[in-house]
Parts: sequence; structure tokens; C-alpha cells
Amino acid sequence: MAAQPILQAIDVHKAYAAHVALNGVSLDIPEGSIFGLLGPNGAGKTSLIRIITQITGADSGEIRFRGERLNPSHIAQIGYLPEERGLYKKMKVGEQLLYLARLRGMSRADATDRIKSWLTRFDIKPWAEKNVEDLSKGMQQKVQFIATVLHEPSLIILDEPFSGFDPINANLIKDEILALRDRGATIIFSTHRMESVEEMCDSIALINRSRKVLDGPVRTIKDQFKTQTYEVEGKGRLMVMHPDFEVLEHKERENGHFYDVIKLHAGTTPNDLLRYLIGNVEVHAFQELIPSINDIFIRRVRETMPESLLEAEPVTA
Amino acid sequence: MDKIWLIIQREYLTRVRKKSFLIMSLLGPLLLAGSMVGIALLSGSSEADVVAVRDESSQQILQRLTSTDDIRFVAATGRNLKEATEAFKKAKPKQDALLYFPASFTLDDSKGIQLLANGNVNLKRQSKIKKAVDKAVGELKLSRSGLNQATIDNLKANIELDAVDLTQVGGRKNNVGATTGAAYVLSILVYMFIFIYGVQVMRGVGEEKSSRIMEVMISSVKPFQLMMGKILGIAAVVLTQFALWMALSWGLTTLAAPLLMKSEAKSPPAAAVSGVQQAAEYSKAPAADAPAGNAAVAPTPAAASNPWAFLNGLPVGTIIGGFLFFFLGGYLLYSALFASIGAAVDDQTDSQQFMFPITIPLILSYIMSINVIINGDPNGPLAFWLSMIPLTSPIAMVMRLPFGVPMWQLLLSGSLLVLGFIGTTWVAARIYRVGILMYGKKVTYGELSKWMFYKG
Repeated sequence: MAAQPILQAIDVHKAYAAHVALNGVSLDIPEGSIFGLLGPNGAGKTSLIRIITQITGADSGEIRFRGERLNPSHIAQIGYLPEERGLYKKMKVGEQLLYLARLRGMSRADATDRIKSWLTRFDIKPWAEKNVEDLSKGMQQKVQFIATVLHEPSLIILDEPFSGFDPINANLIKDEILALRDRGATIIFSTHRMESVEEMCDSIALINRSRKVLDGPVRTIKDQFKTQTYEVEGKGRLMVMHPDFEVLEHKERENGHFYDVIKLHAGTTPNDLLRYLIGNVEVHAFQELIPSINDIFIRRVRETMPESLLEAEPVTA
Repeated sequence: MDKIWLIIQREYLTRVRKKSFLIMSLLGPLLLAGSMVGIALLSGSSEADVVAVRDESSQQILQRLTSTDDIRFVAATGRNLKEATEAFKKAKPKQDALLYFPASFTLDDSKGIQLLANGNVNLKRQSKIKKAVDKAVGELKLSRSGLNQATIDNLKANIELDAVDLTQVGGRKNNVGATTGAAYVLSILVYMFIFIYGVQVMRGVGEEKSSRIMEVMISSVKPFQLMMGKILGIAAVVLTQFALWMALSWGLTTLAAPLLMKSEAKSPPAAAVSGVQQAAEYSKAPAADAPAGNAAVAPTPAAASNPWAFLNGLPVGTIIGGFLFFFLGGYLLYSALFASIGAAVDDQTDSQQFMFPITIPLILSYIMSINVIINGDPNGPLAFWLSMIPLTSPIAMVMRLPFGVPMWQLLLSGSLLVLGFIGTTWVAARIYRVGILMYGKKVTYGELSKWMFYKG
């Protein structure tokens, strides 16, 4: 049996006056992983996060943190970087970090030590005595990130983490996130820009129109959505018609080079195709076409569309 | 609870450390003392009204019009009304009014008396003149009926009223000037502080909202904790400021007392400047027209050296305790409402429309309290009801305190205020909770009322 997930959502419902935000969402978030919570704007991601961070409560259903029903004592173990981020503008960086850390239950002494080490790591130590409003945007972002992880939470929730970060800071943050994961923290990414986190996520859940449409380890999902399609590059003449496969795309290039996209028919293995290719042409490249999470999402949404149209839930922006 | 304490600390320290706080703390008492001295000087320097009298009747009324410290009657020059009017206009030193008795004026037909002046004659002056004329005509009638002057003088009653307050133990002699002055100052203070610091709460919440720190905060603490932390933190700032003001005012008046005493010696009537506050009472309170002979107000040499002597005879303990209670209660009640406005709107400029219904009871209770003082009816039905309704009681009750309020009313009003505070805080917290995370939505009253019933 797999280790206990750090966070479980069980059949969570949440409705606002005008619309349903979450409709029976269940999730397991494995400990020590990077988990992508993906979906278009208004799908319900932020609603779910606000329930996990105890900003709002669910109408029904349950959230369990390490098997325990979520309660205020867990706040100290969760770090949250909201999409709408900000700091007290007229407060000094050091004081602000200390204040936020203490609100999360840290002692003054511990917090002071850790603030020092984080400021040193991010190279902004001389700024501890400056007011936040005097900092550049990039530095404010660093401070904001420090505030999120300062109390060494075991669960870190980052809502649209890279929006607003410049590329240099985004990379810095990315490295820090991986380092945190390696030290045992669990990270939830929430984003509608799926390609931005695809490479970092171990598992994902796709949410659309208040429902979870898909979840699981990235590898498994991709395997599941593979279409037995291969890219082939080479030199020579390739048979376009064959009983075992179908050429979806064919491009002739100079000097008899070609590029083809080939879909295998059921029962054919990639090795069968390769064997055939080797016998007929000079193979330069052979690679499986793996769908991106974005493609999978779009396919999945199309598949589930009739159902959601039937229920006629209002779309929210 | 720990977290509320942290929030209170932050709200308190960030405000107290600001330069503006220091400036307000220093400038406040100076401004207060300065304006009071100013008022005292203005009212102290006012000279007696000079009224020229043109008497064409045969009643010799001028001799009967008695001049006092307040008003002086002189004969008008000129042979007829026209010349008298010209002379009045050119008179040096300036005369305030010209009183004209026509030839047709007799003791039994007192029609046709005119009061001429450049512009309007104010009501107070009119009533002074009318009183003097009334008295003169009355005396003339008495002497016509055969009484001699000695008898007439003997008939004058020369009444002095000592109002005694039975709500105080042993019956305390009422000191109208000090009481009225204290009532004014206290109600202004409550009004001002609730307003200034209520708006500070609103702006603090608005700042948290517009700087987008709200969501980070709310993931650490409950909205109610955040709201109450801010309100209580600012309450601590108010109390600090208040304590500083008191200490500084005390220091200032103690320092200034010897200086004021010197100027007293030069300029009678001395009572008007015996203490900064006391002087203000005189200038503001019509009831303080009382003659300087009023024993409780007129400073004995000992009292003059102590600028706080005017407090003697006031129920100081009740006033301070009551002031703190009703001020804090009112502040908590109103600032919760202000906080909910700050939470509801995105933009500070939108807050105006929602502030309106909150400022109305505040301003109304202030104006009505002033009215009650002016009408001299601090225990009447209007004053009673104003001091019971939680929205108006903080100002109205504080205004009544110096006059003495029965204990049962204090307790009833106090409990109602606590209930009112709990009620508004409940409403405000529910609006606050929804509002702080709501961006880009045009808020209406209908919307606000819906928020109250949102589920957690």
C-alpha cells in the first residue's frame, strides 16, 4: 500500500450564491511530491485552495491533512502564496517577515534566525531594514516567497506561482521549490498555464467547471493518453499504404529526406514499425509522440463536454 | 488569542511610531489650549454695549435705564431723530444701537419704541435692551402709583439661585459654568476621536485589501481576529494619544497658570481667564452669564493658582470612568462598521456612499447634544432617549455625565451599548469576511445584505 497522502479531499462541494465552484471533488496528494492542480480560469482551483488553507469552508465533504480532519492547528504546517499577492507597504522587510512567521506559530527567536538565512540566500540581506514599498518588484517577490516558506511548512501551496515573476526570479524560485521538495516538502502548484509546470509536476489533477476530470501521476496519465503515434525522419521512399499502420502526415524534404507521423494500428508494436522502416529506408530519427498535458486536457474536456452541457452549469470567469 | 495579540501589537506599534502620531500628540494639546486661550481673549476683551437713547417722550426714561457691566445707556445728541441718527452713525467711540422713544410714548402706551442700528441687532443684545426698558418702565409705573424711590429699591428682589444636584451624595451645589464646559469638551472629544480613529480603521482595512495582503493574512488568522486586532490596536493608540494629551495639557496649563494669573491682575473681570478651560466655558455657555459672584466659579486666590480648580464640585470619578467606557464602547461600535466599509469597497473613493449612513447618527447625536446643552435640559426626554440608543449614547451620555446621571440610567445605557456593540460587530464581521476577498465587484446595499447570510 502506498504511503498515506499528505492531503486528501473527499467529495468536496462548494457553492456561491450564483454558481457552483466545486462539485464533488476528491483528490489524494502524495507526500513529498510536486502536485499540479490544473485547469482553466474559473474552474474551481482557487476555491479548492481556499478551502485547504481554511480561508473558507466547504459546504460538504472533507479535507484530511495526514489523515486528520483539517483544523486550525494545521495552519502552521501550510504555506500559501496566493495569486493575489502583496505585503504591508510601509513595513520593514525584516519586521514583516517576522510578523507573518509568528502569525503562523513560530517563536520570535526561530523566526529571526531563519529570516537571516533566507535573506542571505536570496542576496537581499541589506534590505531587511527597508520598507517594502522601497523595494523593486523582483525583490518584493523574493520577500513574498520567503514569507510563504519561512515557517518550513510541510505543504506549500503556490497559486499561479510564476505569474509576475521575471525569468531570472522564476528560475531562482523553481530551484528553491525543487530543493524544498527534496527536503521532504509537498508542493501544490495551481495554474491555468499547464505547460509552465508540466515538467516539474510528479502528479496532477485536472479541474474543469467545478469537477475533477482527471488525476494521477503525470507518467501514467501520459501513457494512458498515448495514441501509438510516432515521428519518423529518414531518407528513402516510404510506402504510404500499409495494413499495420497509417501515415498521418508526410513531408518530403530535399535530397530524398522525409518526415512522417505514423499511427500504429492495434496489435502493432513500435518494434514492428521499426523493423519495417529499417528494411525499407535509412532511419535518422524515431520518436514516440507524447501528448502534452495541455493536449490531454483539451481532449478530456471535449470528452466530458456533453455531460457538462447537459447540466448547464454556468461558466465562470 | 495569541494571534490577536500579535495583530494588536503590529497595529499599535506601526501607528505609534509614525511621525504624524508624535506631531498630533504634541500639537493637539497646543491647538486645544491655544484655541481656548484665543476664545478667552476674544470674549474677555468684549466691552459693554453702548446704546444711545433719543427720548422724545416726557417720561425721562434715560435716567431710569440702568447701565451695567454689559450695557451702557447714553443720551443721543441732536435735536431730532434724523440728527440723532446722523450723530449715531458718526459717533466715536462707536455706538452699538440707537434706542428711540417717540413723543407718543407714555407709560400706558408703550408702542412705537424703535431700535436702530447698522445692520441687525443680535438677539442677545435685543433681549438685554428690552429687559432694561421693561425694568425702567416698571419702575416708572411704580413711582407714578405713589411709591417713593426708597420703597422701590427695597422691592427689588435680587434673587440668586443655587441649583442643587440631588443625584449626588449629600446634594452637590451645581456649578453651571464648569458643568456645561465639561459637557461641551467631553462630547467634542468623543465625537472627534470616534470619527478620526473610525476612519483610520476603515483606511487600514482598505490598505490591506488594496495591497493584496489580505489573502496571506486570512490563511493565517480568522477574519474576525484580523478585524478585532486592528480595532483594538487602534483603540490602544487612541488611549495612548489621549493619555499624552491629558499629561501635556496638564503640564501646559500648570506652566501657563502663573502667566495667566499675571494677566488676570491687569484685566478684570478676573474670573474669565482663571484657567484655559474655564475661560472657554464662559465664552461658549450662555448659562455662564451668571454673575461673577457665583461662588463656585469665581476663583479664590488658591483656586486661581490651580488651573484645574474648575473641576472641584464635578463628579470627576464618574466622568472619567463614564467617559472611558462610553468612548470606548462608541469607538468599538462605530469602528466595526467602518471596518466593514473598508472591507466592502475596492477603492477608498467608493467608501463615501457607505460612510453616509454611519456618519448621520454620529453627527446627529453631536448636534442634538449641543442643543440639549444650550437648552439646558440635560435630563429631559430628548437627552434621555439619545443617551439610551447605542448609536447616539456614546456622545449623548458623555455630554450628560458632568450634570450627573442616575446610576440606573448609566447601567442601562451601558448595557445597551454593549449589546449594540456586539450586534454591529456581528453584522460588520460578516460583511468584512466576505468583502476582504471580493475584488472588482461594484458593491451595493443589496449586495451587502446578502453577504451577511453567506455561509462560512
